[in-house]
Order: sequence, then structure tokens, then C-alpha cells
Amino acid sequence: MKQEYADIIHRCFRCGWCKLPTNYQDFNCPAYLKYRFETFSSGGRMWLLRAWLNGDITTSERLQQIFFSCVTCKNCVEACALPHIKDKLVDIFIAAREDLVEKSAVPPPVRDYLKAMSISGNPYKKPQAERGTWAEGLDIPKYTDQEYLFFVGDVGSYDEVGMKMARSVATLLSDTGVSFGILGEDETSDGNDVKALGEAGLYEHLAKQNIGILNERGVKKIITLSPHGYNAIKNEYPEAGGNFEVYHYTQVLGLMMNDTMPKGTLNAKVTFHDPCYLGRWNDEYWAPRFALGSIPGIELAEMDRNMKNALCCGGGGGNFFTDILGTGKDSAAQVRVSEAVETGAEILAVACPLCYKMLDDAVKAEDLGEKIRVMDVAEIVNESRK
Amino acid sequence: MDTIYKKIADIVGSNYVSNAAEELYIYSRDQGVQPARLPDYVVMPNSTEEVQKIVALANKEKIPIVPMGGALVLSGLTIPQRGGIVLDMKRMNRILEVNEKSHYAVVEAGTSQGMLQAYLKKHHPKLKHSVPDAPPVATIGGNIAIHGSGHLSQSEGGFHTEMVTGLEVVLASGEAVKLGSCSTVPKWFSRAPIPDLAGLFMGWNGTTGVITKIGLKLFPSPKLKDVMMFMTEDVDSITDILFRIIDTEMAEDIAFFVSPKPAYFEGYQLIMISVVANSEKEMKLRLELIRESVREYIDSKEAGFLPLPPYMKVKLVGAPQKNLSEFADVMKGGGFEYVGAIMPVESIPEAYRAGLEITSKHDITYSMGARIVGRGSCVMFYYAYPFNRADSKNIETVAKALEETNEKALEIGGIPWKTEISGQQLILERMEPGTYKMMTEIRKLLDPNGIMNPGNWEVQS
Repeated sequence: MKQEYADIIHRCFRCGWCKLPTNYQDFNCPAYLKYRFETFSSGGRMWLLRAWLNGDITTSERLQQIFFSCVTCKNCVEACALPHIKDKLVDIFIAAREDLVEKSAVPPPVRDYLKAMSISGNPYKKPQAERGTWAEGLDIPKYTDQEYLFFVGDVGSYDEVGMKMARSVATLLSDTGVSFGILGEDETSDGNDVKALGEAGLYEHLAKQNIGILNERGVKKIITLSPHGYNAIKNEYPEAGGNFEVYHYTQVLGLMMNDTMPKGTLNAKVTFHDPCYLGRWNDEYWAPRFALGSIPGIELAEMDRNMKNALCCGGGGGNFFTDILGTGKDSAAQVRVSEAVETGAEILAVACPLCYKMLDDAVKAEDLGEKIRVMDVAEIVNESRK
Repeated sequence: MDTIYKKIADIVGSNYVSNAAEELYIYSRDQGVQPARLPDYVVMPNSTEEVQKIVALANKEKIPIVPMGGALVLSGLTIPQRGGIVLDMKRMNRILEVNEKSHYAVVEAGTSQGMLQAYLKKHHPKLKHSVPDAPPVATIGGNIAIHGSGHLSQSEGGFHTEMVTGLEVVLASGEAVKLGSCSTVPKWFSRAPIPDLAGLFMGWNGTTGVITKIGLKLFPSPKLKDVMMFMTEDVDSITDILFRIIDTEMAEDIAFFVSPKPAYFEGYQLIMISVVANSEKEMKLRLELIRESVREYIDSKEAGFLPLPPYMKVKLVGAPQKNLSEFADVMKGGGFEYVGAIMPVESIPEAYRAGLEITSKHDITYSMGARIVGRGSCVMFYYAYPFNRADSKNIETVAKALEETNEKALEIGGIPWKTEISGQQLILERMEPGTYKMMTEIRKLLDPNGIMNPGNWEVQS
């Protein structure tokens, strides 16, 4: 544990502001929402971490579950009452995970995820050669000297829902004349969630591998599919020597909707779910709303918990792959889709492949398919243009 | 497997009971300086029926049971003094009814102050409830169990327990009883006119039963809010100033405070006056009447209103205020505990001087102040002492200062509120023997096996 963190963990008062959004509506920490024991709140974690470092509690399976159930959504950072520790809360939890990883004291799903990332370079244990299969039939060029590189990431490359989303974004970019290419089988995992799960060494390896290829190909500007990739490349890669101009795809759409993109119409009530790694991690709340709001016929309805107060889908911090939080009535994704239905919206718009999958599954689990469907922002724009 | 654990798991489900070291560690302590004591189980019921079954089991097995709300009491009242079950009530957080026509709400005891506040703001914006100064995760039930007070206590009738219109309580036997109008008709509008049994559970720190549902008065929520800050250097004039303002009946909330930080505030007595109104015209009139009430002091240059910039007003009109939690970090140490003594308004100058003496003796920093309760029938005078959680010597010093403050508060005619076990001893030592005997007999009657939060409100041998 970095001394900087070890020196401040005792300063958490465990006052509980971290459990709620700033409008106090309901518990907004996915792990606490699910488990309800004080131990699973950010304050509980801070106190347990201190106890663990002081030797008052041991490295048990329960302790691992508590630390790896954090989805790094940063609600606690937003809500914490103590200005001198709030910004470091999630960094401290990640540092605690690093200590646990170092001791090989991690829950089996975390172990399996990290093993798959080490061996296969992706959590799906699929061949690297298949990274570009999502683009088959779309006639998307490999990156040579185009203006942008479209960085797809693990979920967009291998997951069925993610691949669908990647195709939507790529189609839209192509149709509107954006100059871009992809890396295909040369793309490496962005490493964002590997870092969040505390495997700093593996993250560094992945980041350096990506940075090497990106620099070798002369990439200057990157559009990412996933806010997770956006976060890693924008905020973490510079430290490892990767300096790029990075955009999340909704930021590019937001700009294009203003002038270059021919607009269609879609008569629908839409509510937007803020991805944590775009919103609270990177303070981008308006680009996706601008893109959606630019489509004639769309009525945007906000959930009570929106923007800085948004409830995470539960897929952050590696939980998308490890599923430590699991499903059920108190799972963040299931609570979130019910909240979306309350707005009267028929479309729940997402801007992250992880959120897409988490919320799509939750709609099925809650049997809400007749009331609402999950679509990503690019899909919605594409549908309006049909 | 532990048979008790299995029996509890059969009641609440295995996800909502724990005897893991991590839960036992966290539920063995609170944010104050009181010593930790491990529970045997932490249990989270989801309904009155589940509470009934757990309490019945605990009664049969003679296992202590400690109900817990937001876990923010700071003085150790939910630390299980004799082990047993800590009953974390926060899963029982349903808002069952808001009667807009009769201005009351019915909630489960684990409902947080923040959730009720947010719910009313969204669904019944013309109504609000009285919130304590505690963070918004504090629960309605926890606050009732300790005789809490807060915003609106000055203008709307006093302690939060005085705003209760009915209770549902689970007794040590496992029976659930309704108290107040809800016992007789299906409405939760009042504790009168039938004999008031709710008092057997309010302020008892969970030693007589587990509160599971609460009827609560709601109050108008005018759309305009403003705040004034009056300042004087003369603590002996505070009582007169406060009553002048109280007697205008124009203020919603009135709180007095002093703090050595920032340095330019040291030595000044500040009074924060919250005002609400339905129109600009009404607001203007209210503010003017309050100003007029203290005109004499202003004209004599003895005191005056402090101009407040808009950003500060925004902070001050909110309830609860986040910056109160920030006080925990004054020593860069993540802790504070306070003595909140209920005392007459006239005791403020003496209480203030006593606080200065104690903090000076122990060389500790402080925040002191008082919230007016019930149009000035009393105040909750607080002496808050921050400490560094990583410095055991500092914790020891603050613990001593708190003990001395409890003694001093009693000496000047106050009574420490939600006080630690040691503070309870001081109260019981001074209590009329007949009163204590009655308390003990009531407890024996309600809880013959002594399972309900034992160690609290009883003379320690």
C-alpha cells in the first residue's frame, strides 16, 4: 500500500454519505445496495482496510469478496463529505486489491479473469485472430494513415452485444464520412479493468503493447467504443508514454450531429444511462445527450439519478467479467432498469458495451422487455436515419 | 454449523446474517471513542414478521439483541455490550404511507432521513419532515429510539419523539404491538387520546423493544428559504437575544454556535436563524421582524448581523449540512464525539464557559453550540471534540474530556442526551430512586430475560 494512502485511511469518519447519491433517493453504491452490510460500503471498506493493514483481521475470503465487489463507480467519491480523502477513495480500494493480488488472495472469478487476460489477452479466452471478426462484412479498413483509429476493446471485439454495438458505431462513422481505421487482430486489451482489479503489472504490459502498436502505426487520434478504454487511453496511457487525442464515440457523434450528419426522425421517449467511466470518471455528461437530443422526434426523459448521481449498472471495476455482485432484485442493473421504466421511456440508451449487456440482461431478468429496450446511442441514431 | 446461525438464516435468508470476522469487526464499534465489543451475529431483517421471529429466538435462547439504525450515534449505544445479535434495520426502509391531507407519514424504522426527504420532495413537495443534523443515512427509527432533535425542532414542537404519531414495536416476547391511533383505527394521526404507551420505547435506546414502524408528523415546506447570522461577543446576552428572536415566531430554526476556527470567529457567539416563506413579501416581513426584535443590540453596536455571501447561504439553508461531517477531519484524524446536553436556554452562558474550561484543561479543540428546541423550552447544547483515530493518546484525552463534560452538564442542570454508558451512570446516580425503580420494573415486565440492548440504562455493578 502506497504510503500516501496508508497515511490517510484512518481519516474516513464512516459517516455514510458515500452510500447515497447527492439527492439521497436510494442507496447508490452497488455493492452496498446488494449486500447491505456496513462492510460493503466505502466507509466500511476503509475501516476494514485499516484493520487489515494493522493485523486486526486476516486475509479471508470474505475480505476478498468485500474488496472485489467494489465496482469503482466513484459514487462515493462524488458523495463523500471529507474533501481531503474523497478523491482518493477508489484509488485506495484499487491499491488494496493490488496488495491482495500480490498475495494471490483473490476470489476465483478474479483469478480466472486475470489468468485469461494473461494467457489469451482477452477475458473470453478467444484467439487474438478473432479480434477483428466483429467488422466482417462492413468493409472497414485497417488503420494506415486515416484521421482516427477506432479502438474497440475486449467487449466490442468478442461479446455478442458488444460486437453489435461496435458494428453500429462503425457503420455510423463510415456512413457519415469519418476517416478511420481499426487495428483488428493487432489490437490489445486496453487494460482498464485489469488495472481496476489490482493487477498493475499486467495492466502495464497491456498498455505498453498497445502504445507500441499505436505509436508504430502513427496513430494520433483515437475514437473508443467503450468508456473503459477511453478512460485508460486518455488518463492512464500518458504515464506509460502513450499520448493521443482520445474521444469517446458519443463525443464524435455529438460534434457531427451539429452539422455534418444528415438527420432522420425517431419518435420515441428515451432515457439515457450515464456510464461511470464516461461520467463520474471523465466528467462527460452532455455529448451523448446532445447526440440523442439532436434527433427530431426524440423526447429525452431523465431518471431521478442521472449524471453525477447515476446508479452504476454494476459492471464496472471488473465486475462485468467476475460477477462478484451477481444478479437479483437488489443488483444495480435490475434496480436501474426499473428506474428507467419509471420515466415512461421506451428506450434505455447506453453508451458503453458493458452497460449495454448488463442492462439488457437486467431487462430480461425483470421481465420488462415489453416496456423498454436497451439501445446504444449509435444504434438509435442509425435507426432514426433509416 | 452453528445452530443459532442456521436458525437466523432460516428466518432472514443466509445472505442477511453474518458471523464473519469482517462484519463482527465493523459492528463492534462506532465512530466515537467508546471501546469496541464484538457481537456474535449481525442480522438484517426485511419485515416486522422477521424481527418478531428473531427476537423470539433471541428471547428463547437468552441472546442479547441490539437494534441499530444508521450506526451514527457516536456514543456507543449500538455497540453490543454483552455480545449477541446486532439487528441492522436498514433493509426495512419502505415508505408505507404519506397522508397529504392529514400531514403525516408512516415509514419502516430503517428508512433513512435522506430517503424520506427525497421522497417527499418528489411526490409531496409541499410537505417535509424534521431532519436531524446527522448525515442523511441516519434512520427515522434510530433517531426516535434516542430522542433526537433537528431542523424544525424550534418551530414545530420539539424533539423528534414529540413529532411521532404512532409506533409499531416488537416486544422481547416476539409480539408486535401498535401504539397510538393506529392501534384502534387504521390511521396513524395521533398518539392521543388513548393512554400514551409510545413513551415506553422512545429515548430508551432499544432497551424495551424494537421499533419497526413509525407514524411521523409532516410540516409545510414553503418554497423560499433564507438564513441570517447574528453575532455578538457577549455570551451573557445570548439568552435574551435568543428569546427575542424565538418570540417573534418568524424563524423556522435557530441555532447558536461558537468555534475557535476560523481564527477570526474566535470569541464570537453566532446565532444562525433559518427563515422560510411562501412569498417574497412574507419573507421580507419575517426578516424585518427578526431584525427589529434585536434592534436594541444593533443600535448599541453590541451586536449585529453578519453579511452572508450567496454561496454561504446556499450551504447554510440545506439540511442536513455536509460540513458537519467535515468536522471529523479537523485533526486530520477521522473522528469526533460530542456531549449533547439537554438544558434550559438560560444555562447557555454557563455551559459555554464550562466547555472552554474543559477544552483548555485538556488542550483539545472544539465546536460548541446549541439548537433551540420547542420554542425555547430547552436547548440541545453540544460540546464536540474531534480526535485523531490513529492516535490512541488523543482518543484517551478526548474520552476523558467527554466524561468531564457529561459531569459538568449535569452539574449545571442539564442532562446528557444519547449519552455513553458512563454518562448514563451519571444520570442514574442523580435520578430519583423511585424513577429508576419504575424504569427497572418496566424493563423487567417487558423484557424478563434482559435481552434488549443490555448494559444500557442500568446501574453497572
